[in-house]
Order: sequence, then C-alpha cells, then structure tokens
Amino acid sequence: MQSGQIPILRIGTTLLASIQIELRDTTAQSFQEDVLKAIEKSRSRGLIIDITGLDMVDTFVARILTDTGRMAKLMGTETVLVGMRPEVAATLVRMGFSMQGVHTALNVDEGLALLAQLQGAQGRA
Amino acid sequence: MAARVLSTQEMKIASEDDVVLVRRAVRALAERRGFDSFASAALTTAVTELGRNIWVHARSGMAIIEELEDGLRPGVRVEFKDLGPGIPDIDWAMAGGNSTASSLGLGLSGTKRLVDDFQLQSEVGRGTSVRITKWKRF
Repeated sequence: MQSGQIPILRIGTTLLASIQIELRDTTAQSFQEDVLKAIEKSRSRGLIIDITGLDMVDTFVARILTDTGRMAKLMGTETVLVGMRPEVAATLVRMGFSMQGVHTALNVDEGLALLAQLQGAQGRA
Repeated sequence: MAARVLSTQEMKIASEDDVVLVRRAVRALAERRGFDSFASAALTTAVTELGRNIWVHARSGMAIIEELEDGLRPGVRVEFKDLGPGIPDIDWAMAGGNSTASSLGLGLSGTKRLVDDFQLQSEVGRGTSVRITKWKRF
C-alpha cells in the first residue's frame, strides 16, 4: 500500500486535502490514515477535503470520506467536504447514500468560511 | 427486445486494478456513445459497485461489456459473472442496508436504482451473474 499520494496542505489551523487522482480502495484507505496522522501532528482544528477531481464516488469511497470526517470529529476537528460535482451528488442520492458525519460546501472558499463559522460558534460556547 | 449488439468486450476481474480498468472501459464507451455526465457517472458507479463485489466476494470473475443499439438509441450493457459463493438470500441482499462485507449494503439495491435494467441470478456454491443496462437519454 502506497501512502502519501494525496497531498495534505496546512493553511493556518486548517488542513486542506485535494483529491486529484482516480481513487482506488487502497488509496482511499491510506488517505484516511494519512489525514488522521496529519491532524494529530499539525493540531489543526479544521479539515477540508476537496473532491473536485473525482468524476465518480461509489459507496466505498463515500463511506471512507464520511468515516474520515467522523474520526476527525473524535479528534476535535470539523470536516468540510467540498467540490462535489453535480453528477456525483445525483448518483449518491439516487443510491440512497447520505453523507452523515461531514459538512459540505460548494468549494474551498465556502468551506473555509463554514469552518470559521463553526469554530466561532465553538469559541463562544 | 430487439436491441442489436454492436460490439462485445470481455475483461477479467481478479484484482482491484481490474475493476478500475473495467470502469475506464465502460466510461470510454458511454462517452463515445454520447451519454451525458449524469448517465455516465451513474453507469460507472454501478460498474464499480458490481466489479468490487466480484473481487471482494468471489475473488475473480468476468465483465462482459456490450455496446447496444435499439433503433437509434445507444445503450451499454455490462454483465458481471463469477463462480463465487453465490448469494443465499437475494431478497435480503437486495433490500438495502444489508452488507456482508466492507461495503455499505447499498451496493446491490443502490446499483439497481442507477440503471434502466438490472438482472440478478445467483446460485449458492455456483456463482452470481448480474447484468445491467443503461440507455442514452434523448
């Protein structure tokens, strides 16, 4: 299993992972582990996963993505999934899949704004 | 159904990489026949789910990709065949939310919703065959 095929960038207290390659099951699994390790190492508070590059998301990959969000949440990090293409959204909903465990936003900018909002709400609580 | 078969391509599925190759072949065919991005995504997602089922449950099998034409309407049919353990309770497997392996259990029921025709045959100890067809929308 090859690790590190998907770059994970740190921007302030946020991690940005942009998936630009065709995902295989094993790549998706190693990506999940890489993200969780990166969260621990960087102590980031927010995670943005950009899937603009994915022209297809099947239930296995969708499950990896939502599980990653739920795992990140256990580590104190909110996850926003951004850049889902219209045909991918349509396919997932028709299959009966709901992206429970992650927030979603249209693009990276909107994702960053949503994270700021979520963290602001936490700060006031 | 008097659909004509314009071409047939057989591909083996014995690994995760083979599933990716089948998916690419089906996507290329769908795009060549003028499927829109929604139909193309639905078909390739269905193919991925069924291809994965083969290598997860049966370890190996075949995908037979057919290019169809019904009158002027282009279509794609893909049959997935394996000699694996078979499905003991097809109704249960098709009900959705049920899973025996690492997937979500939405695989079969979800896949059925993505295509125009879905035929499943399975015999315990003999294997499974799933045939899906998707037609281009006008």
